[in-house]
Amino acid sequence: MTSYKHLVLAALSLALSASPCLAATDTAEHKLGNGMRVIVKPDRRAPVAVMMLLYQVGSVDEVNGVTGVAHVLEHMMFKGTAATPAGEYSRAIAVAGGRDNAFTSNDYTGYFAVLQKSQLELALRLEADRMTNLTFSPEEFAKEIKVVMEERRLRTDDRPRSQVYEQLMATALTAHPYRRPIIGWMNDLENMRVDDARNFYRSWYTPNNATLIVVGDVEPEGVTALAEKYFGAIPSRELPERKPQDEPPQLGAKRVTVRAPAELPYVLMAFRTPALRDPERDWEPYALEMLAAVLDGSEAARLSRTLVREERIASSADASYDSIARGPGFFYLGAIPTPGRSAADVEQALRREMAKIVEEGVSEEELDRIKAQAVAAHVFQRDSMFFQARQIASLESVGISHRTLDLQLAKLREVTPEQVQEVARNYFRDDALTIATLDPQPLEGARRAKPSLPVRHAQ
Amino acid sequence: MLLAAGPALAILPIQHWQAASGARVYFVENHDLQMLDVSVEFPAGSGYDRRAKSGVASMTQRLLTSGAEGMSEEDVARQLADIGAQLGGRFDADRAGLSVRTLSGEAERRRAIDILARSLRAPSFPVEVLNREKVRLVGSLKEADTKPDTIVSRTFYRLAYREHPYALRSSGEVESVGGITREDLLAFHRSHYGARYAVVALIGDVTRAQAEEIAEELTRGLPEAGGQEPELPPVDPLAQAATRTVPHHAAQAHILIGAPGVSRADSDYIALYVGNHVLGGGGFVSRITEEVRQKRGLAYSASSYFYPLQRKGPFVISMQTRSDQAGEALKVARATLATFVKDGPTAEELEAAKRNIVGGFPLRIDSNRKIHEYLALIGFYRLPLDYLEDFVRRVERVSAAEIRDAFRRHVAPARMVTVVVAGDSPKQVDAR
Repeated sequence: MTSYKHLVLAALSLALSASPCLAATDTAEHKLGNGMRVIVKPDRRAPVAVMMLLYQVGSVDEVNGVTGVAHVLEHMMFKGTAATPAGEYSRAIAVAGGRDNAFTSNDYTGYFAVLQKSQLELALRLEADRMTNLTFSPEEFAKEIKVVMEERRLRTDDRPRSQVYEQLMATALTAHPYRRPIIGWMNDLENMRVDDARNFYRSWYTPNNATLIVVGDVEPEGVTALAEKYFGAIPSRELPERKPQDEPPQLGAKRVTVRAPAELPYVLMAFRTPALRDPERDWEPYALEMLAAVLDGSEAARLSRTLVREERIASSADASYDSIARGPGFFYLGAIPTPGRSAADVEQALRREMAKIVEEGVSEEELDRIKAQAVAAHVFQRDSMFFQARQIASLESVGISHRTLDLQLAKLREVTPEQVQEVARNYFRDDALTIATLDPQPLEGARRAKPSLPVRHAQ
Repeated sequence: MLLAAGPALAILPIQHWQAASGARVYFVENHDLQMLDVSVEFPAGSGYDRRAKSGVASMTQRLLTSGAEGMSEEDVARQLADIGAQLGGRFDADRAGLSVRTLSGEAERRRAIDILARSLRAPSFPVEVLNREKVRLVGSLKEADTKPDTIVSRTFYRLAYREHPYALRSSGEVESVGGITREDLLAFHRSHYGARYAVVALIGDVTRAQAEEIAEELTRGLPEAGGQEPELPPVDPLAQAATRTVPHHAAQAHILIGAPGVSRADSDYIALYVGNHVLGGGGFVSRITEEVRQKRGLAYSASSYFYPLQRKGPFVISMQTRSDQAGEALKVARATLATFVKDGPTAEELEAAKRNIVGGFPLRIDSNRKIHEYLALIGFYRLPLDYLEDFVRRVERVSAAEIRDAFRRHVAPARMVTVVVAGDSPKQVDAR
């Protein structure tokens, strides 16, 4: 067992370190012979290491009939290799004092472990093992696919507002795979086979499609050497061709209604926008970020002030824009009406706020406030090693270097009121818009939808 | 004990003093990042609500930042946003308060502390804002009442805590919220936000002298509540098991099993914490997850926890499963609990749990935010300054027999509250 005194000394380094020389240390980047990338960001505030292994593959790479397979594979990655039986991965990390988990997004799949720094090697060894040696036991798959279906019931089927989002995306896009839910359609999960997961694994889990990110109290050379030791011998493989699947032009506003048991309605609007591609030359994504913050960057922002506090039309209202995506970007506006007001009322109020910006623009003062928040947030974010690893992962997964983070902040600070007005004018248009509305139904007599087929389990 | 408990050897060099106002102050100086986290908390959580006016405690906390001393609600929001500060708050069964995270530069820091201080000492509780928030709250309570996770939890707390204020819904009931008046809030603020009960926790880029000044400013002028600190009544143990099934349309059944468990001050807490790590708190490697999820694929999430409070907080097993499997999941969870209470952990399980908790200790204090949480906790529950290192030391020493005995004292499988919110097969659900 780890000695207690040792830990005391180790932990002291965070609590006692008073040296001001701990300012942002530069990251180190390295590429192994097989194409795997290694990014290390030293952060010596605590004797801890965050390890994240990122595969550049997500639900966007699935095909119809096997939606959800990227996420099912993520679950199967904990179900054993020849050397590490099912469940042993998590057991080994836990005994080393660590915690682990994984996540799947549209664009990428990430596996992480957070440990005291001396245990980093263990995490790398296990991660390398399951990059090539996954077992795919049919028995484990049969149980795990049931777990995933429970996850879908918990996160989507029994949550009306999640269903609104799912339907919104399925409606907003015709061709691009972002239209499919990451967790997959229930019927595809019911009909998934262990071979579907295995094929996906063989196609995409290669070192040349992976990036190792380590943030913590580590030496970059040491981490690179460990990566070389455990991953260096894994051969690269050619990846399947990725088709662009560009979304055809939208021809007019789209609308979808979700009827589900609930008390309050909900309106969610999505406008198709660009995403960030070139951090140096793009300007619209930065202006869109400022636009989202003008509307909903803080309690002082427009939507809370006007819709919630002054007019009391909405119980809550929000705006967001995610600039980081391989596919199309979206600008979202959502609102829940106060009791007695309707979905139409809040939709109208949101549209009016948008029109105000299109016609009258935004003030310098509003932008200054947002810039002050962005600068502060840039400092606050460094309090969490895990957040820093996630941030690197999300940028790198779409091919944007994490080294542009400072540049992105600088670009944000250059945005002018005119640019904000211009992106509002360019993208707050009906032929970029999809609206999904929750039409609440009484609970009494509500029957849940029957599964479309009897549930079958693989094998 | 080989290690002295003196502050010089503490893992966290916590500085502690009392402000002139009587408030207790807890501070860790750390200049790595140019930022400061500060909180002020009071014994003013929902446990201090009266049944007929349930929701007063929550509404008081919610409206603290709705204006004070000439500042309007909009002024508070705008001025904090202008300096990039992030306002936070805490509200649970015991504690209520505010926190702020700000850049530590003099201008930002002074502005943030000034707004926080004025909001805490002289909130104006405007009637207009109160009326608006009552409408919003009732709407969200009604919305929550359609959801199986809310229904299962409300039912559980009602059955487990009966007449005790921990049974009350923390934000108030749909029926009681309407009756809350501005006078209720002023009175609750006067009696529960007293300087002498205040706990100030700070971590970040300020000196001791600056921290002292901040603590004075934040607590000077708080209500001078006289007499005894408000107390919560003790929790009576359950005399017998209670089982409820609530019909619901959802695809999944939501299940809670539990009872009042342990208080913060209880010397059994460490043994229960380590034991529960083996039973259902240790994530993928704990018994309940193993039995319910890994072996049978019955649930995405299945776990157990102790939630220690001023008085006995709950022990809870929680899971969700497709409605028609509720009976099976319930049977598995109950059997797992009964076996654990009877036999305790195995030697291997105990060793693995200790290694995780002790080896993972640096992860608990690897950010200012996490350390700040501990400062507030240690301060509020009057835990010793070396609580964290003592915690590790006691975890290392606890034996399987001590865990088994502690579970037998605090968890009675035959006297549990069981609540199942489910659409299908109530007969199966009642199966033991």
